[in-house]
Amino acid sequence: MTHLKPINRKAGRIVEATADQKKDVVALQQGPPQQPQPHFPLGCSLVFSPGWEADSNGGTAGLCQPVERDIFDCHVGCFWPAQVPDQLNHAPDWTAKCASAQKDWRKLDLVFPG
Amino acid sequence: MIALTAREFHLFQAAGRDFLYLVPSAAIFALDAPSAAVIRTISERKRAEEAVVAALADRFDAATIRAAIRELLDVRAIGHEHEPAPEARTSRLLPMMPFPLSTMVLNVTNQCNLACTYCYEYGEDKIVDTEHGRQSKFMSERTAHESVEFLLRESGRIAHLTFFGGETLLNFSVLKSTMAYARRRAAEEGKEIDFSLTTNATLLKPEIIDFLAENHVGVTVSIDGPRELQNKFRVFHNGAGSYDIVAPRIKELLRVHRTRPIGARVTLTSETLDIRRIYRHLTEEIGFWEVGFAPVTTSSNQPYAIGEHGFERLLDQFRALAYEFLEQVAVNRHHGFSNVKDTLEEIHKGVSKAYPCGAGLGLLGVSTDGDVALCHRFAGSDAHRLGDVRSGIDRAAQAAFLERHHIDEKTDCSRCWARPLCSGGCYHEAHVRYGATTRPNLHYCEWIRGWTDTCLRIYGELSERNPQFLERFDRDEAKAEAVL
Repeated sequence: MTHLKPINRKAGRIVEATADQKKDVVALQQGPPQQPQPHFPLGCSLVFSPGWEADSNGGTAGLCQPVERDIFDCHVGCFWPAQVPDQLNHAPDWTAKCASAQKDWRKLDLVFPG
Repeated sequence: MIALTAREFHLFQAAGRDFLYLVPSAAIFALDAPSAAVIRTISERKRAEEAVVAALADRFDAATIRAAIRELLDVRAIGHEHEPAPEARTSRLLPMMPFPLSTMVLNVTNQCNLACTYCYEYGEDKIVDTEHGRQSKFMSERTAHESVEFLLRESGRIAHLTFFGGETLLNFSVLKSTMAYARRRAAEEGKEIDFSLTTNATLLKPEIIDFLAENHVGVTVSIDGPRELQNKFRVFHNGAGSYDIVAPRIKELLRVHRTRPIGARVTLTSETLDIRRIYRHLTEEIGFWEVGFAPVTTSSNQPYAIGEHGFERLLDQFRALAYEFLEQVAVNRHHGFSNVKDTLEEIHKGVSKAYPCGAGLGLLGVSTDGDVALCHRFAGSDAHRLGDVRSGIDRAAQAAFLERHHIDEKTDCSRCWARPLCSGGCYHEAHVRYGATTRPNLHYCEWIRGWTDTCLRIYGELSERNPQFLERFDRDEAKAEAVL
């Protein structure tokens, strides 16, 4: 903020909150980041995302992150060429046989909509 | 074009610049020239962004104005006309239950050796019949111990126990044994407990003073000022003034008891409205560390009630003393006007209240026979009972109370910018004036707004002249005192 200067403690918290809101969604092509972005560890076996392709009602309206987030995940984490199953609703046991990702990643099977 | 419209705030000036107090968030921002110009332009009447840019084009370039608008939108000082204020969309939140009890006020007696004519407890406005009512006149040791168990059951890690009356020291024996008991039981429960009391000082004997000092008991003395003001209302049952009895005892208390800061608590009436003189006397001649003032609680037909003009005078005097406070504190000197200090602390933290005080929530009063009430002023009243110390808080009654007294229920307050700090004012005052605790105290709205504005200005001044003083509120209260 350049025109408003937070004076009391509550004002400081409001500035933090508005800054956080602005960080919420980051476009892929923004040029070099202006400030440190959340850091993703790179490598196939380090990150497993639960997937966000459907919400609890089977649609995309109630997702906690936009659907594009998945594409971003593939791009940044570079570990999966396509969508991963939704372990919250449709495929809770998807990683059941995969105790150690580095060793057992072959046991992660495909999931087909049932 | 979508018009920009002003949301709720109070604009004030201090240290030569503009400040914005936002409602209901209670955040304070200092404005630069472009943002101040934008907020004034939009306050005059709602306008589209382009119109604001055009109106200010001779003073600031378009990019600067747009950036200022963006920031004012971010903090919700302004908004888009078609969107309702964000607060209007959120449903009202009641505090999470069970809410921890932080302060229990124990009325160890409802008897008093003084007969102050304005007293809410015994005068015409009294709620409880302390002479012929069913309440015992003195709290028994057993009830006091049960109250301690109640406090330790309901509190978080830190518990405050305040002894009150009547005249508290009339039941010194129970007070003494209760403190020993509370200390032992708190240690067993792994909790911290501290003690304080309010007294009229008539019964302060050397052994009592020693006891209070040794046990780090916080003491508040009710006193109205120099002899003629004190003796006007604070009299014995035979009508004799109490000044000459209490003054030497208070001086002895202040000399011996150095472990906690000792404050004076002054009741103001239409006949004793001379705040600076009272303050000087109590600090310079008697030696109090802090002095707090409160207007007398009474129905408006009493001759000593403060009327509309009285509140104007009161505000002028409060203001003068508050600016004295500012000049001292700006150069790191102590000033003991506690009303301004307390309000500054709330402003600093950005307090935005759903309830005017902690009564019925973090603070409860206990009557002599163990009934739990909203606060000490309602102790013993059946209509304001919230359980008893043996069977605990009546959660249904408490929930109903909080439901009915939420700031959103006070329509009169819904457009007032001072509501984050006032929240409708004292329940007891409302009960005495209007016969209902749910009513906002409309008789002192102008005074509250005037006083809040004064405190905001002083806060703004201090943020420029001595920000370190304000940072002390971030540490704990006792340490803040030690710094001065």
